Amino acid sequence: MTPFAFHVARDCAEALSLGAASGARFIGGGTNLVDLLRQNVESASKLVDVSRLAANIHEVGNGALLVDASVKNSALAAHPMVRGRYPMLSRALLAGASAQIRNMATVGGNIMQRTRCAYFYDVDGARCNKRQPGSGCDAIGGFNRYHAILGVSNDCVATHPSDMCVALAALAALVHLVGPEGERTVPLAEFHVLPGASPQIETVLRPGEMITAIELPPATPAMANSEYRKVRDRSSYAFALVSVAAGLEVVGGKIAEARIALGGVAAKPWRATRAEAALRGLPATRANFLSAAEEELTKAQPLEGNAFKIGLVQRTTAAVLESLAGERA
Amino acid sequence: MTITINGSDYAVPYDSRVSLLDMLRERLSLTGTKLGCNQGACGACTVLLDGERVLSCLTLAAQADGRDVLTIEGMQGADGSLHPLQKAFIEHDGLQCGYCTPGQICSAVAMARELRRGDPSHVTANLAAGPDGPTREEIRERMSGNLCRCGAHNGIVEAIEEMLGREAA
Ligand SMILES: Cc1cc2nc3c(=O)[nH]c(=O)nc-3n(C[C@H](O)[C@H](O)[C@H](O)COP(=O)(O)OP(=O)(O)OC[C@H]3O[C@@H](n4cnc5c(N)ncnc54)[C@H](O)[C@@H]3O)c2cc1C
Ligand code: SF4
Ligand code: FES
Ligand code: FES
Repeated sequence: MTPFAFHVARDCAEALSLGAASGARFIGGGTNLVDLLRQNVESASKLVDVSRLAANIHEVGNGALLVDASVKNSALAAHPMVRGRYPMLSRALLAGASAQIRNMATVGGNIMQRTRCAYFYDVDGARCNKRQPGSGCDAIGGFNRYHAILGVSNDCVATHPSDMCVALAALAALVHLVGPEGERTVPLAEFHVLPGASPQIETVLRPGEMITAIELPPATPAMANSEYRKVRDRSSYAFALVSVAAGLEVVGGKIAEARIALGGVAAKPWRATRAEAALRGLPATRANFLSAAEEELTKAQPLEGNAFKIGLVQRTTAAVLESLAGERA
Repeated sequence: MTITINGSDYAVPYDSRVSLLDMLRERLSLTGTKLGCNQGACGACTVLLDGERVLSCLTLAAQADGRDVLTIEGMQGADGSLHPLQKAFIEHDGLQCGYCTPGQICSAVAMARELRRGDPSHVTANLAAGPDGPTREEIRERMSGNLCRCGAHNGIVEAIEEMLGREAA
């Protein structure tokens, strides 16, 4: 680890001015950043601790829920309004990491966490375009069981590892940002970007900009009737092979609204808009769920080690939607 | 710039790279807290920060400034007697080599509070209603952040069940 200064930000304005220095990095819980600094994947000259900024969850005028970026993952998962109105979000958070890590991890840090691609971490032994642009990608042709099947490029096939973000994408959450040029909001589903020829660029966040909050839109029936299912190599404390966040509203046997997002398949939480559109107005049957999921994956580009993800995503999506249809029927 | 550890105040290390775990072990000789993976994957380094369980290997000491840390050394009673959960671990063979034990004990003490508070877990069937009491399934899921290389998990779960049962009684 290279030496760095450490400052605690007392308010947003102070965080922004401290964070404007070159080499400065925001730190939330540190559960990802401390690890990456220690392994020399990343470096910093200054850490700006944003974990002590206000950490509130409150309802705003129209019934939307505003969650400050410093709210801990465990606090968000346990919040009564989240459990009641957006169960897929509580479920996604509770499926992630361990109780200790959820107590430390912040909402902002969770969104910004980096890939778990083992080659990305292997500073001395592996080539990685994300870590060192232009050096190559050892995952392509290497061990790629955990890697992406959608939105991949010839330069990077890494996945975004967050469970929380998959639910946020399905809920159409907004990310609130503030930076040197002022405030703006970006839909969570557009916050992370696909790798293309520059996998080192992972989000639309600008230099010096920070996440201040996420906004959950007023709950619809499909948000309230929602689930998160995670498939992994052990039943707890493991990253997803694939995961599905889904919400469903069935009226008179026909699908009024389906919300679906996929995890473990791309460099971003993947909102399955094609499948959602395909399902609208159809009867809520397993066959329809399966063919919608198939349609979403027609453009999948599997690697040697992860072709199983295509079928796994289809079956998991269909199973989740079936159980949601059952609960409403 | 001080951290309260087991009731005593200590200065935050000058070098901001020092983890809370290294501060405890290397600078204060509080070696009860164990170093396993040093990357968040095992739970051996679990301590309580302001009453909540966290991993001291991924916590910079500077992040604990002004806060209250409780380690395994602080678990015993004022008269030096073992914490009830420590006794239960001995009775139920909740350990073999003992390396993961301090982390398990700290983790379980905080977990008991989370359960009492009604916090849900991944296996809680009814999210809105909260956990259906301290079932084995709930305990196993909630303790999944603490690995035991010796495989003493059955004894660990039994010891925790006993502690939670006594609390409920
Ligand atoms: C062993 C292990 C297992 C895990 N398993 C899972 C899992 O199964 N599922 C899952 O989803 N996650 C998992 N995680 C990852 C964990 O969820 C993330 O590490 C955590 O959410 C990051 O949050 P943090 O606050 O600790 O971020 P930090 O480590 O503090 O920061 C991460 C990044 O976010 C930036 N950042 C922080 N706050 C802000 C802000 N407000 N604005 C802009 N940038 C900011 C930092 O600069 C840094 O780049 C696991 C982690 C570990 C160590
Ligand atoms: S998949 Fe991406 S992160 Fe992994 S080695 Fe290739 S370039 Fe690096
Ligand atoms: S040493 Fe901290 S989790 Fe393993
Ligand atoms: S008792 Fe040996 S690691 Fe748990």
